[in-house]
Amino acid sequence: MKALMDLGAWTLDQVRHVGRLAIFAVQLFKELPASLSRFGLVCQQIHFIGNYSLLIIAVSGLFVGFVLALQGYFILVNYGSEQALGVMVALCLTRELGPVVAALLFAGRAGTSLTAEIGLMRAGEQVAAMEMMGVDPVRRVLAPRFWGVLISLPCLASIFSAVGIFGAWIVGVAMIGVDGGAFWSQMQAGVDIFSDIGNSLIKAVVFAIAVGLISLYQGYNARPTPEGVSRATTRTVVISSLMVLGLDFIMTAMMFSV
Amino acid sequence: MERRSERKRSVELMVGLFVVMGFAALLFTALQAANLGSFTFGQKSYQVEALFDNIGGLKSRAPVKSAGVVVGRVESVTFDNEMFQAKVVMSIDAGFEFPADSEAQILTSGLLGEQYIGLVAGADEEVLGAGSKIRRTQSAMVLEQMVSKFMYSFVENKSKE
Repeated sequence: MKALMDLGAWTLDQVRHVGRLAIFAVQLFKELPASLSRFGLVCQQIHFIGNYSLLIIAVSGLFVGFVLALQGYFILVNYGSEQALGVMVALCLTRELGPVVAALLFAGRAGTSLTAEIGLMRAGEQVAAMEMMGVDPVRRVLAPRFWGVLISLPCLASIFSAVGIFGAWIVGVAMIGVDGGAFWSQMQAGVDIFSDIGNSLIKAVVFAIAVGLISLYQGYNARPTPEGVSRATTRTVVISSLMVLGLDFIMTAMMFSV
Repeated sequence: MERRSERKRSVELMVGLFVVMGFAALLFTALQAANLGSFTFGQKSYQVEALFDNIGGLKSRAPVKSAGVVVGRVESVTFDNEMFQAKVVMSIDAGFEFPADSEAQILTSGLLGEQYIGLVAGADEEVLGAGSKIRRTQSAMVLEQMVSKFMYSFVENKSKE
């Protein structure tokens, strides 16, 4: 009986969270166009969210490219088709790893800092003070940050893919000695501009919406205590990572099914 | 005030740099990985049809080659319910002309590679135009049929001995 009650309470809690997230999203989206009029704020957020994540994204992309090239080479050389390394790496990166790994790293690097920042603003009653002064905190604080995420993540995902392909070229062509011409020409024959690169951009935008919404929501609804902020930060990473992976599966099934 | 605006300007510069890098990365993947340069958007082409007994694993967007050079793409593969054959529509770049009695074959690149259509030029004076049909076709080699043919002839030879 107790277990049943617990289950019921848990379910209701989750439903409540989803409902609150939806209301939050509607409020946020309503303020999005208006917040663009103060583009300086958006610019500041892109700098804070995007530029500071650039290093970790670029370095991870480079190493993912290295590893993909090494592992791919060891498998492909068994079948005598090591020239297919280029197309394998490019498809892996543009279709899946670019958007997904960039979004996961982004949730850890930028999502957490957004949650902590807004949670602490709330703990310090800055948000309440803004409301007192008649400044809409959604428009002034949340919307520019959401724009920052929405613009930064697709850029970062593209950079991740490009740097990864370059890393694969370094290991595959420069170090192992796969033929460079075949590496690029097979890649160019195998990668499609719309179905691969276009879908990669769509994925990155969807992930940006998910990560942005979750990290802002968690920060905005964090309990205004040190413990509450730390919990909210943890939840941001866990929930947005799971959302990214789940959404990725759904989108892959829709985009690349025959 | 002076210092603040300078700081703001450097932020704007960094953001601009970041966004440009994002676009450059996208452009790099588009040009270098997907070969946007050779993307034939809106290039003129004409469509011809051919009926095949068996198309094997031919898919739309497969290349149409003549003497090994890509001259077009397979537009669609459908089933003709009157002839009970596969109808393949291919679009050939307008720069190439082929005699009306050319032959279309379904070939495989390499042992395990993808299938494509090979056009062997005929000797007719007339050329293929939009909507014309290629009459002489050769179906895809299906491995099971080849094996079973081989087995039959093998058994026949054995029984003759």
